[in-house]
Amino acid sequence: MFNLKRQLLSGPYLLWMVGFILMPVVMILYYAFTTTSGHFTLLNITSIFASIHMKSLFLSLKLALACTAICLALSYPLAMILNNMKQRSQGFIVFIFILPMWMNFMLRILAWKLLLSNNGVINMVLEAIGLPGLDVLNTPSAVVFCMVYDFLPFMILPIYNAMSRIQQDIIEAARDLGAGTATIFFKIIVPLTMPGVISGIIMVFVPALTSFAISDLLGGGKVLLIGNVIEQAFMQEYNWNLGSGLSLVLMVFVIASMALMSSKGEKGGASVW
Amino acid sequence: MSKRLIDLQHITKSFDKQTVLDDLNLYIRENEFLTLLGPSGCGKTTTLRIIGGFETPDSGNIIFDGKNITSLAPNERQLNTVFQKYALFPHMSIAENIAFGLKIKKKSKSYIDDKIKYALKLVNLDGFEKRSVDSLSGGQQQRIAIARAIVNEPKVLLLDEPLGALDLKLRQDMQYELIRLKNELGITFIYVTHDQEEALTMSDTIVVMNQGYIQQIGTPEDIYNEPTNAFVADFIGESNIIHGIMLQDRLVKVLDVTFPCVDEGFGNNVPVDVVIRPEDVELVEPGQGMLEGDVVSLIFKGVHWETEVLANGYEWLVQTTQMHPVGTHVGIRVDPFNIQIMNKPESSDEKAVESDV
Repeated sequence: MFNLKRQLLSGPYLLWMVGFILMPVVMILYYAFTTTSGHFTLLNITSIFASIHMKSLFLSLKLALACTAICLALSYPLAMILNNMKQRSQGFIVFIFILPMWMNFMLRILAWKLLLSNNGVINMVLEAIGLPGLDVLNTPSAVVFCMVYDFLPFMILPIYNAMSRIQQDIIEAARDLGAGTATIFFKIIVPLTMPGVISGIIMVFVPALTSFAISDLLGGGKVLLIGNVIEQAFMQEYNWNLGSGLSLVLMVFVIASMALMSSKGEKGGASVW
Repeated sequence: MSKRLIDLQHITKSFDKQTVLDDLNLYIRENEFLTLLGPSGCGKTTTLRIIGGFETPDSGNIIFDGKNITSLAPNERQLNTVFQKYALFPHMSIAENIAFGLKIKKKSKSYIDDKIKYALKLVNLDGFEKRSVDSLSGGQQQRIAIARAIVNEPKVLLLDEPLGALDLKLRQDMQYELIRLKNELGITFIYVTHDQEEALTMSDTIVVMNQGYIQQIGTPEDIYNEPTNAFVADFIGESNIIHGIMLQDRLVKVLDVTFPCVDEGFGNNVPVDVVIRPEDVELVEPGQGMLEGDVVSLIFKGVHWETEVLANGYEWLVQTTQMHPVGTHVGIRVDPFNIQIMNKPESSDEKAVESDV
């Protein structure tokens, strides 16, 4: 009786899952494998090999990897510094890092568009101190820059979390057994923060790979990521079949990269999720 | 007596302006099992961490085997620590945990393998090499922590309440285990605990501490039978601590009754603390004792009955093998040699005595 009531509580969530997750996936699958007239085809999938699509996919992978690498390089030392600070100031700094996430995603991108534009604030400041202006807007660099800005907290938080969970005892035990600073870092801290690093990588890499809004607004139509190609297929060409086919390919990439990272994580002795 | 291995000289340490240790002097002999015993906040763990190198004293010196090691880092000291919460490396197997210190010292693979085998045998966990840390119980993890420390052949093993997280039965087993280990290894153990029973069971020497001051140093027998002040008496086992007046040598007045005792040299009409162990109080027929009272509470403790008797305004704690139901009118008798007389605290470092445990 009690159990039944409990199970009923999951009802709304199940409905949500079926309606907004399962159904769309089924529809994507249907569209991906059919033509506009409803006949079975593999053309929507194989069209990924068209050179323009391949180019977009590789550019997406390249930018997503660059963004992930930059986020990791920034976050790891930052998490270490944060972890060594006093407890109270730690909370404040983490708050500051999360603060931009309270603002709308689109607004943040538009703000960077203004800041980076040729007559924008950054170039004005550079000019004022006599430096040459930057011409980054509408280039892949601007897209990567904004991706890093947007996704950095998703890298910092899991790494910081993993780091703050390392007991001081364990560090002291390592020192007690003769370990110097370098040994403690590579043999204790790095392996123990690996689960955080891996979830950080997944949480940055996946949205970076699939993003289209940033490249749309900061790329000026010159940076065509796979996300933009899919968006155009749906919104401009009204070719839902092609859009679905490419989405499916992208999904496979995402799932494959997550599985790869997860298996790496398990080898290190801790799972990601 | 064997030679002094560690000498703590005038150690002072404070955290955030609060003094934790104040001019502490202590030496530890080679092959000694020394226990730092006291309530939480007494400075015992800080003392251990200063010996281990995890804290630096504000002033004072630590002499180890004739050398001043005060400013040496933990990894440069010839001692190893067993932590309260085991502090095993969770991402390594048991063998890797034990090998950690030896790999840093760049020992050969065969040497390390032999050492792992030997250490696991010593802590009765043969064949655990491949196991993961979380598959072990608390007691097993603590044994691994000990094995990880002793393979480095330290001259001194520091143990910071290592049995604190274990249940009673396991704790008692581990006490015998630790004594056996210490005898087999022939090294010095410095042990920190707040558990007086642990201290009495295992130690060669007990250092009783309170509020940063050493209250008494002695063998378990000394500490139990001849506590130097009321704090030690109260902390080591249960006691009746009563205000009294030393009338003259061998005569003390307690609760308006004059008791013969064996202590001398306190002077005449001097206020003192009188300590009587509960097992030393005899309950007799009314009229046959020195004073009389009524049983107010009775608790069965297995080996004995814990009886409380209200007599002359004081609740006497008495341990007897005979049952005296609540309400029984009884007489109380104490043999003169079971009465301990102590000076009231006077000097600043004895003031710590007055605070409650």
